Amino acid sequence: MSTVGSEANGRQPLLKIENLHKRFGELEVLRGVDLEVRRGEKVSIIGPSGSGKTTLLRCINYLEKPSGGHIYIDGTLIGEKKSGENYVHLSDRELARERQEIGFVFQRFNLFPHLTALGNVTIAPQRVLGLSREVAEKRGREMLQKVGLSHKVDEYPERLSGGQQQRVAIARVLAMQPKLMLFDEATSALDPELIGEVLRVMRQLADEGSTMVIVTHEIQFASEVSDRVIFMDQGRIVEQGPPKEVLFKPREPRTREFLKHIQAR
Amino acid sequence: MLQLPEIYAENIHRWLPELLYYSLTTLKIGFFSFVLAVLFGVFFALCRTSRNRFLRGFAIGYIEIARGLPIVVVLYIVYFVPPQLFPGINWQWFSDFTAAVLGLGLHGGAILAEVFRSGIEALHKGQREAAISLGMTPAKAMTYIILPQAARIVLPPTGNYAIGLLKDTSLCTLIGVNEIMNGAKSIASSDYQPMAVFVLVAVIYFAMSYPLSLAVRYMERRLRVSG
Repeated sequence: MSTVGSEANGRQPLLKIENLHKRFGELEVLRGVDLEVRRGEKVSIIGPSGSGKTTLLRCINYLEKPSGGHIYIDGTLIGEKKSGENYVHLSDRELARERQEIGFVFQRFNLFPHLTALGNVTIAPQRVLGLSREVAEKRGREMLQKVGLSHKVDEYPERLSGGQQQRVAIARVLAMQPKLMLFDEATSALDPELIGEVLRVMRQLADEGSTMVIVTHEIQFASEVSDRVIFMDQGRIVEQGPPKEVLFKPREPRTREFLKHIQAR
Repeated sequence: MLQLPEIYAENIHRWLPELLYYSLTTLKIGFFSFVLAVLFGVFFALCRTSRNRFLRGFAIGYIEIARGLPIVVVLYIVYFVPPQLFPGINWQWFSDFTAAVLGLGLHGGAILAEVFRSGIEALHKGQREAAISLGMTPAKAMTYIILPQAARIVLPPTGNYAIGLLKDTSLCTLIGVNEIMNGAKSIASSDYQPMAVFVLVAVIYFAMSYPLSLAVRYMERRLRVSG
């Protein structure tokens, strides 16, 4: 995965979020979030449940349509385009093209149960990128090898453990060679003994320079992998900075409260 | 009852070939109307689950009306109404057989649309989200991810519908199609042996539907194993 941008792109943030709002009926889940993520940067988002962190992530690739604000990837508006002074929503086809660049790893894996591990990893390169079966399978095998599953290529998801399923899901995203990878509590649905193998793969991606936005409850992992940690509460970013500061010397009382709560568990 | 074996010994060489010939028509109606019902079913299930309000409303209207009418009424309407509505057109080609296939297909389409819809909706929304997050358009997600899985879910109920449909073809006798029931009625009245003839018809129907039952049971068992 190439993460080295051209000189011109070097200064521009890869991901830019402007004043993002999201409401579900009466419930205001995001209340104006601004965020910039540089190319190659690893950003972890922590916060209590209901703080809006998953919704923020889902808005980035338009799984949720924002109620207000704008999202840019590499300077390109996501999910909408400018028509004169107004913003108009993209067609399904245009939106699909933009989503190719954004990988999303789900809490519950969401592997396709009717396809083998290799089938899961190759379907989008074939059907979306239009690669031939041979090329897609070659790439797919490489990605499965990368996540340590070359011996499970022909297994169906139901025959894989949760940790293995999540690693296939990561390989499935990698096969699309996205510019940005989003992880939505990727280890929360796993048994404790399976969390390590998934975190190892994520750490490896981080070391290779992928741009990652990670919603997580794994404080230890966040402190080791991230360049920056963001604490969200009630739909807003409360505090952000290097992991050492946010996680170990938080300025905001709400951050302190949350971390105390998490560590007490 | 006791004379049945003798009646059959005497007549079966005449009845059986004739009834089997008519049962071919039964099978043909069943097959073509099943194909039509599947096509209508898929189409209206897609409309029903569409985001487009007009398509959804159209599908709901069709499904509710077709499901709410007895099959016989649908058959009568399909057979008798169009020629009266458009008397200027030449209706020679519109045989009772065509009307039967169309009527059963239209009625079955509504039933299968609901079966298929429940199959599509049974899939976790995560499947669709995973597909579109990989850059698939909603149409591609439907084609490569949702429908192949929904097909497995709906296979057994669709098989059950096919069994029911095969038996419902007997209603086509009311618009004059020469299927097995119609043949049996004429034999029964000309030979004055209704009991013997209709028992034989029952045996033939059973011989046609039982293999379908076995096939459905086999599919159910296989799908349970492979999920």
